[in-house]
Amino acid sequence: MLSSLELLISAPVLNVQLLLDGIFIGAVYALAAYGLALVWGVMNLKNLAQGDFVIMGGYLAWMLVNQGMNPFLTLPIVAIAMFAFGWAIYRIIICRVIERDLFTSLLATFGLALVMQQILNQIYGPEVQSINAGFDSLAIFGGMVTVAQVKLITLCITAVLAASLVCFMKMSRMGQAIRATAQDPRAARVMGINTDRVYAFTFALNSAICGAAGVLIAMIWVIQPFYGIPYSIRAFVIVTAAGLGNLPGVILAALGLGVAEQYAGFTLGAQLQQFTVVSLLVVVLLFKQFQRGRKRQVLQ
Amino acid sequence: MTGSLPKGILYGAILVAGFVAPILFPGYTFSIAGLWVMILLALTWDIMGGQMGYNSLGNVFFFGIGMYTCMIVQVGLFYDVAEYTAHSGAVNVHFAPGQYFTGLTLGLAAAAAVATLFALVFGQLILGLRGPYFAIGTLGVALSAGELFGAWPFVGGGGGVALPTYPGEPDDRAYFFYVLCMLLAVAAFAFLKWLYSTRFKLVANAIRDDEEKAEAMGLHTKRYKNLGFAITAFFLGISGGLYGNMIGFIEPLEVAYPVVTFGIFMIVMCLIGGKGTLWGPVIGATLFHVVRQLTWTYMLGWQWVALGGLIIVSVVFFQQGIVGWMQEKWPEWFGIRVDEKSSMDDGFEAGTAKKEAA
Repeated sequence: MLSSLELLISAPVLNVQLLLDGIFIGAVYALAAYGLALVWGVMNLKNLAQGDFVIMGGYLAWMLVNQGMNPFLTLPIVAIAMFAFGWAIYRIIICRVIERDLFTSLLATFGLALVMQQILNQIYGPEVQSINAGFDSLAIFGGMVTVAQVKLITLCITAVLAASLVCFMKMSRMGQAIRATAQDPRAARVMGINTDRVYAFTFALNSAICGAAGVLIAMIWVIQPFYGIPYSIRAFVIVTAAGLGNLPGVILAALGLGVAEQYAGFTLGAQLQQFTVVSLLVVVLLFKQFQRGRKRQVLQ
Repeated sequence: MTGSLPKGILYGAILVAGFVAPILFPGYTFSIAGLWVMILLALTWDIMGGQMGYNSLGNVFFFGIGMYTCMIVQVGLFYDVAEYTAHSGAVNVHFAPGQYFTGLTLGLAAAAAVATLFALVFGQLILGLRGPYFAIGTLGVALSAGELFGAWPFVGGGGGVALPTYPGEPDDRAYFFYVLCMLLAVAAFAFLKWLYSTRFKLVANAIRDDEEKAEAMGLHTKRYKNLGFAITAFFLGISGGLYGNMIGFIEPLEVAYPVVTFGIFMIVMCLIGGKGTLWGPVIGATLFHVVRQLTWTYMLGWQWVALGGLIIVSVVFFQQGIVGWMQEKWPEWFGIRVDEKSSMDDGFEAGTAKKEAA
């Protein structure tokens, strides 16, 4: 561990590599986390199946690419398919739990996560898969740092997706309805907004965002049926750290998590990378609680 | 009071059946021992989850801590642990019967002590989290413990480690651990039956219903939460040590910290049986274990899908559980007096006005 730290200090270029890798992967985390922040903020639903939607999107894209389709063309198709899937899941399960207590939704989505990962496992098998988009790597700093072109492209796609989401929420009629429902569902209903439809749309939109993130993950990294839970945990880390309805915060926290994970993987070893993510969740939760405790003391 | 004689017969019958079952069906000893472990897991989850409303997703943390503590004590008393685990326990060591049973006894005691200690330390930190944050936080603790032990070579790392072998016949070994598992579950049940007749249950239910109000009434909620957590950890620690010895092999993700299997099973069992009741977890665990054994045998490959579906269905459609449903249907069986007038007003209010005339 100390030797790898010394290596980082003696060869600063390695830091650039870790930072870049962290930012590329963190950008994709930001997408999934934004979806979670959306359903959490609007429907008060803590979706533990978030990561499994990501993985499912990745597998759909992988299947389409195996049929000979261009990897980037699969993105809109997967997004639309996942939108429909999310709508169906809302109608079957989610609409029955959102009015109930919080633990119900947590456990129901955990059951959903279990079903999804096992069905994916039954269909595609437990092997690790990835999509080869067929791009070269760029070498900078005299070959010390390599950047896969496909990662640069996914970063751009992520930025475009995030920007269009923000525009959608700000400009469109449905985006306004979603924001109104998030503020006060009862008042929104009085104003003639069909909140049930808004909830269904929000959940489906979240599912589509996750699907798109899954396509990108499959291109720059690997997918496996049981990798869903770590993505759910990452989304929870990011959202709890950033708070709801705070898009710049979500993006910053996601990039930070991506970079932190790369550094932890490098200095502590790959087997402690997962541990870092999960323990960061606990740390973030405890920190939030500490903050709240101080606020409470002020109130006293 | 008329119910005391049939109740005594019922308890006696269960105990006798428990001792006799593995003799009648020797092939199923391990399976029935698993049932007693499941009952214990469900009972202990219900202390925090059902009675106090603190839904933990990470109770297996104590299970794994107990398992590893027991292993370290059992081995460490007589050998060098690091050397033992470096060979995944396959190194040729021999434990004399005396050594084995001393090691096991002290190991289980240490498992209970260490798990309780961890509960008190972690309780200070995470019991301040409320609602879903508590659930996610405990999930995080259990998951990270599994990852951490997997990367720790001293306790065998991700490859796992075999435990000392039982000095005796395999059949004796099976019955020995069976009886220990059963006695532990029975002891936990008896203890909880007493505990739920004390002030603890009232305070726990007050915390579940409204923690702020309970605090405002002058109850030391934090003290009771810590107590509940420590009791959970105490029994889970022993259970983990026992289960590890019964399996004979410890591995961090599947055996010691099985978050997505045992960690979820215990919640589902409580939900099926009826959480917040004494008998609910027992009935739920029995039903669940039987269904699981059947599906694991006949639905190979799809059993996990069936399990996930069962979780969704029980959470969405049948949340009060079997015992909760029976209490609504035949309240007089449970010595519950229903105030007809208030039950006319609101079904839920009637539920809170129930009074146990045990």
